[in-house]
Amino acid sequence: MGALSTKEKTGWYVGALLIVLYAIVPVVYIVSMSFKSEGALAERTFFPTQATWANYTEIFAGNGSDLFLPALRNSIITCLLATLIAVVLSMFCAYAIARLNFPGKRIVLTSALAVAVFPVITMVTPLFNLWRQIGLYDTIPGLIIPYLALTLPISIWTMSAFFRGIPWDMEQAAQVDGATSWQAFRKVIVPLAAPGVFTTAIIAFFIAWNDFVFGISLTSTSAAQPVPAALSSFTGSSYFVQPTGAISAAAVIVTIPVVLLALVFQRRIVAGLTNGAVKG
Amino acid sequence: MARIELKNIVKQYGDGFPAVNDVSLDIADGEFVILVGPSGCGKSTLLRMIVGLEDITGGDLMIDGKRVNDLAPRDRDLAMVFQNYALYPHLTVGENIAFPLRLNHSKVPESEIRARVQKASDMLELNEHLDRKPANLSGGQRQRVAMGRAIVRDAKAFLFDEPLSNLDAKLRGQMRTEIARMQRSLATTTIYVTHDQTEAMTLGDRVAVLRKGLLQQVASPRELYEQPVNLFVAGFIGSPPMNFLPARVSGDRMQLPFCEVPRPAQVDGSYEGKLLIVGVRPEHFDDADVTDAPEGAVTFSAGVDVTEWLGNELYAYVPFEAAEETKEQLAELDRELDGESLRSQLVVTLDAMSGVRDGDTANLWFDPQRMHVFDPTTGVNLTRDEDKAKKIGEQSEMLRRRSLERAQGSESKTPAHA
Repeated sequence: MGALSTKEKTGWYVGALLIVLYAIVPVVYIVSMSFKSEGALAERTFFPTQATWANYTEIFAGNGSDLFLPALRNSIITCLLATLIAVVLSMFCAYAIARLNFPGKRIVLTSALAVAVFPVITMVTPLFNLWRQIGLYDTIPGLIIPYLALTLPISIWTMSAFFRGIPWDMEQAAQVDGATSWQAFRKVIVPLAAPGVFTTAIIAFFIAWNDFVFGISLTSTSAAQPVPAALSSFTGSSYFVQPTGAISAAAVIVTIPVVLLALVFQRRIVAGLTNGAVKG
Repeated sequence: MARIELKNIVKQYGDGFPAVNDVSLDIADGEFVILVGPSGCGKSTLLRMIVGLEDITGGDLMIDGKRVNDLAPRDRDLAMVFQNYALYPHLTVGENIAFPLRLNHSKVPESEIRARVQKASDMLELNEHLDRKPANLSGGQRQRVAMGRAIVRDAKAFLFDEPLSNLDAKLRGQMRTEIARMQRSLATTTIYVTHDQTEAMTLGDRVAVLRKGLLQQVASPRELYEQPVNLFVAGFIGSPPMNFLPARVSGDRMQLPFCEVPRPAQVDGSYEGKLLIVGVRPEHFDDADVTDAPEGAVTFSAGVDVTEWLGNELYAYVPFEAAEETKEQLAELDRELDGESLRSQLVVTLDAMSGVRDGDTANLWFDPQRMHVFDPTTGVNLTRDEDKAKKIGEQSEMLRRRSLERAQGSESKTPAHA
């Protein structure tokens, strides 16, 4: 593409600004609400007139902490475990898909895709019944398993694109150099695929972290309830008061890791996503 | 150090296409053998079968008398340099070279690894790059790292898969010499795949020419050049390539586009009246105005279309009208050789002193003793002299042994250095 004329440039800037505004206004609004006092919530101002940490003390030390802190713990444990399992499983799966020719290879890929586009809500009711009967209801494993269904397909797709990008010669060179298949995988392929594994892990973590449907349907107590589900059961200081401030504060807290991860690894995520888009 | 024997090796793909068909080759210990041919002739497939990256459909592959068809690559103890070098990008140069040794680290102690990496890097002049990553190296340096990884192990044989094709022309020449030097001083059996006939001619003790999976001729470079077995080998070896002219046999003379030559004794009377193909190398022509034609030479004059002056010599292109019967055959041959000649023309290499320029009519001569006569239907070289070929073969083998001994001798006197 050649140099843009001033007119085109302005057009691009205006377009970009609109999109950024569209995305950022709700986030900023939530942040601003989290700093408003209970009484000020009804005020028709965008920014709080008197900023207060009350909502944050509420969820970390006050009434809300009974609900929020265990939920935060559940969310972290569930998402990390789900991510770890998804990455390990999809790594082997994607390696096989990228390197081996076996019957049913296409079926694995297409069924992974089918699972990915399958409406989540249709799985909830059968899982709810099944989990209650086999005792997985309201447990952390009971959440990890459906999270794997969400994260595995995209992990397999991203990762197999990464593996395909590693020249096969590299592995053959290792074999000629005297490596067993396992040594070639561990000493050559895994280090080369590390950025891919990383990207996949981040994407998988986001998906699990942002889930609401499974969280709300398959848990009921602080034993396993993740943050998104816990937020919906917040109550205000009295029956007539909406817990908007506390929910906003909790929402801000759970957004922080996501934003941080995205900022730190944005280059990798973009590379990973386009990688998958072009070659997958 | 190993002798590698290929006995009727066949590679057939799932669709039944034989990529390599019935190839037999006996490679002596310490010999440098080139597999050469145009793209798609099966040379790389053959190499990959030897190293174990491709399954062998039929035949036996023997290393030092042991059948290794079913051994995994790591158990064959062969070192290979890949076309794209296949360096490990996450490891430093030193670690890349040490990689094969580290794989069985229980057997090779750390001090030994360091000593051997040091020796290889001395030999390839990689000392100042040992801590760098392959991504920061130039093409020639990467090439040397790949060779370092191959020589560090004392493998039974080195296999090269078009190692120089990613380098530019000047570097290619330098690395070619480097490979030859390394092979001589280590005296390790080497199999080298290339499509470049200059590499084939300069490096090989023996050259195996492949065409569509079939072995055409295995011989020393000199024999290939002087006594090719058929039209394909004759056309493949030499640059610029051999000229092929249609020739009609009449009595004891043969009618060529520009002149008449005596019929060689090997072309018997049964070819009377038939059309044959005569092959003359460009460098066997000369300008009659610059050098005198010797006794027995055939002189003719022809209109020169284009000339190319290269400083040390001059190429002159002489267009001619080819007979219909041979046109198709020659066009087919040209396609096989990855060429695309649009017109039938004679290429002659003249002395740089020659005054021939575009559009001139040149007086040229050549010695009919040096021409080859091919049967157009089978492509067989009718004038190939088996006795002479045998003599050339024996002589090349003797020269090879001598130079190998010399290299070994000087190696023991002076410490290893490239």
